[in-house]
Order: sequence, then C-alpha cells, then structure tokens
Amino acid sequence: MSELRLTVDPVACDAFGFCAELLPEIVGLDEWGYPVVAPGEAVPPHLAKLARQAARSCPRQAVILTVG
Amino acid sequence: MTTATTSAAPRGAATPARLAERRLAPATGHAPAAGSERRDGTTRLLGAWQAHQSARLAEHLAHHGPPVLPPPRACGWADLLARLVADAGLTGRGGAGFPTSAKLAAAARAGERRWLVVDGLEGEPESAKDRVLLQCAPHLVLDGAELVAAALGADRITVCVAADQGATATAVHRAATERERTALAPVPVELARPPARFLAGEESALVNWLRCGTALPTFRPDKAVPLAIGRRTMLVHNAETLAHVALVARHGAKWFRHAGTADAPGTTLVTVSGAVARPGVVEVELGTPIDTIVAAAKPTATVHAVLVGGRGGTWLGTNDMGTPLAPRALRERGAAVGAGILVALPAEACGVAEIARMATAMAAESAGQCGPCVFGLPAIADDLRRLAAAAAPSGPGSRSGIGADPDLGTRLQRRLGAVTGRGACRHPDGVVRMVRSGLAVFADDVARHGTGRPCTAATPVAGPARDAATRWQT
Repeated sequence: MSELRLTVDPVACDAFGFCAELLPEIVGLDEWGYPVVAPGEAVPPHLAKLARQAARSCPRQAVILTVG
Repeated sequence: MTTATTSAAPRGAATPARLAERRLAPATGHAPAAGSERRDGTTRLLGAWQAHQSARLAEHLAHHGPPVLPPPRACGWADLLARLVADAGLTGRGGAGFPTSAKLAAAARAGERRWLVVDGLEGEPESAKDRVLLQCAPHLVLDGAELVAAALGADRITVCVAADQGATATAVHRAATERERTALAPVPVELARPPARFLAGEESALVNWLRCGTALPTFRPDKAVPLAIGRRTMLVHNAETLAHVALVARHGAKWFRHAGTADAPGTTLVTVSGAVARPGVVEVELGTPIDTIVAAAKPTATVHAVLVGGRGGTWLGTNDMGTPLAPRALRERGAAVGAGILVALPAEACGVAEIARMATAMAAESAGQCGPCVFGLPAIADDLRRLAAAAAPSGPGSRSGIGADPDLGTRLQRRLGAVTGRGACRHPDGVVRMVRSGLAVFADDVARHGTGRPCTAATPVAGPARDAATRWQT
C-alpha cells in the first residue's frame, strides 16, 4: 500500500504558510512562520486532496509530495 | 607525537626515537605489535616532516616508497579498493565519520563518469589539520587521490583549498606540478579555491560551487542519491582520509589496524587549541584519552571543559575528559570525533560567555537559505548573550538576571528544539548540539547568571570586555 508523503524544501520555503493553513493536522508553524513537519511525513488518505492543493498553491513550490 | 602548525615555530628534526618517547597510547587494548610496526603509530601522516616544510616528491618517495596504482586497463580495482578500505575500517576524517568503503562502493555503482574532489577546506576556525597535512605531505594526499580516481575511473581530480590559504595552495600546486613530469599522474590534478567560509566545505556546497560558483549547501531529499555535475558522479573525500587510503594501499589493512582500537582503528589528526601552551596539529591513535591529548599540548591553566568536534561539536566537562577519542565512547556522551578538533577551556573562563560567543559566530556563518537557521540561530545566540549579560556588574535596583527576562530559559530550550533537523544541511543541528552540551556542562555558570549573581569570569560577550573572554585563546 503506497502512501502519500510530504516534505518541505527548506531552501525554497519563504514562510508563506499556505501549507499550514491547508493542513493544520500535519503542518505546524514555528515562531518565525516556517512550517514544522517531519521530512517525508505521511499524509492520511482523507487529507490527500488538501496536500495536493498545498503543493499546487505554494508560491515557492516548496511542498514536495512523493508516493512510497 | 609531532606538532606542526602554521603558527608554531619550526622544531628540530623529529627522530623516530624522540617521537616514540612522546607517543600516546590508546586507552584500551591494541598496542602496536612489537616488530611488526615499522613506523610509530602516531607518525604515519606527519611524522617525517617538520612544520613549514613541504615534502618534495623525491623525499616523499624515499620515505613512503612508491605509491600503489592500478595497472593500465586493470579491471575490478574499485571493488578491490573498497574491500581493502573496509578491512582496514577507515572512516572519513572530514567530520561525519562515514565508512570510506561505503562511499567508494556507492560511487562505483553510480554512473559512468566520475570526478574526485579532495576536500581541504576545513571551514572550522579551530581546525588546521587538513592545511597542515596538505602543506607538509601533499604527495601523500595526492597518492590517495590518484589511487581512488584511477580505481574508480574518475577522469578529474580537483583539490579544494580555501581562498585565504595561500601557503597550502602553493604546496599543493608545487606537488601537482612535480608529479606531472612523472608516471605518477594518471589523472590530471587541478587546484580550486572556494571561498573561506564555514559551510563551503560541506559536501553539497562544495559540489554546488564547482557547478555554478555558489558555495551554498543544497537540499537533498534523498542523501543516498550521489551528488552529480552533469553526467559526472561527484566523489568528495576529505584530504586526510585520502592520505590514509594511500598508506592502507601500501601497507595493508592489518598494518592500519596496528594503531587505534578494534572498533576505531588507525590514527587521526587532531587540532588542539584553547588554553594550551603548544596549540597545533598532532597525530594520535584513535582511542587515546582526550585529557592525554590535551595534557600533551601543555595546558596553561586548569582545564574546565573541552569542546570536542568544533563549533558544531560537544562540550565535555571534567568528569568526561578521560573519554577515549573514538566514535563509540564519544557517542555514549552525545559527542563525536568530528574533524578532530579539541578546544580546552580554562577554569577562569565563563562557559556561558563562551557558548554565546560561539553561537553568535555560528549564526553569522549560516548560509542564509533556510528560515529556521536564518531566524533561529540569531535568536538562540541572542538568548545566550542575554543570559551571559544577566550577570554583568549592575548597580543596586537595576534589573538583571532571570528577574529581567523570566521566560529566557524556556524560550531558549524551545528554540533549540525548533531548529534541530530543519535545515538543508546540518549546520543548525551542530549549533544546537554545542549549545545544549554547553548548558549542561556549564550548569553552574548558567545558574549563577540566571540568578544575576556576578560571574566569576565577568566577561559579558558583547562590548569592550570581549577581549577578556577570548584572552585565554592563543
């Protein structure tokens, strides 16, 4: 069973915060507004659509989704 | 043990007898077998040469014998070399301590074309071992580089020396020119001069600089994927690691294991600085107790703590100073050998002021790419400076100590947790390790500052008294 996994590219990220807005269940924000999420964090199936939206809407294209 | 630094005065010729007299024994087991060891265990890399003297090719060959190179059109040397290095148990000497054989095997599997990079940058201000090695024994490093390049089919070798290390670059250039005229140069050797910045020697930053001239680490979601430029797989090895490879190829894995301990074989270069009369680079067997190495550098005061592994390393207090310089023993204390940096802190210095000063310098060395590092490290450094300043001399009624900033302790702890593991490289993780270990080792100093009592060292980091904080450093 392949799982959707989410990683934030820390170099690309500029703290727009859309990912945390869309996925508060798995993405937090630190005191400087940068997303806190473990690299390769598993996205629960019911959040997959929102995760894709987060990846699409990130102005810096810093949200990386992988399957595996 | 031999001392050779860029700052130390040249010493008399290091005769084997003198060196044997001063050699350091490992803490546990594995004394070199009598008779089987031709050279002293601690003089493998630097022993024959004096500081400020660069071995010429003829001298180098007379001392070490001819280098090992695969015969033309030989097959299977990549596997052969990886196996030999695995038997020797050689690990990288650049800081991460990764098994060299695994790195060689991974590069042998990846792609068709390869490019070998010799990392001699050592961005750590407290490290001098790679530049001393490249200055004194450039041919030994080039022997190793040429062997690895020829065995793996690399068609380029680039030796990287920081832009501000002119003498080292001169020595490498002269050595490479000397070899060009002989059969020893199977692969062209070129010299590159990346900027002298803390992070420029980080593997991905170095490759990025060679690719596009920007010495910044890159984000690698999967570190198992080898670095590449175009169609060339990049192999980055530390200069000292390659010198060890050259000796393992000459003398064998068993010989390499005559020094060091069973799980940490061989010797390693260590840079000792801080409150010592003889700062410099020494070659020691892995497993030598840290206090023994520091004692040999003649401390100028009672040593209160030792920073192991540099500014991204770990502070060890008085109780742990006898720890052997070996991966396993250090891991149990949350430390690592790193690039072999030992900084001795004297009892009269303030640990809080020192970690604040180092954290401030490390925040300034951030590559400026990842938010948690860009904002987190200055915030951590600022908290530490506040803590250090809390016990600055103050008049009655002035607000100082925890009373002035009651959240300081919890805020600092939260921030230390917030930046760990969140950068493209390990820079923030190293700072956190150094600060956390410092807060534990200097708990007395922290408590004194926390209650606003005067610090024994009375050295607020920012401001004119800064010199007092660094006076002990030579």
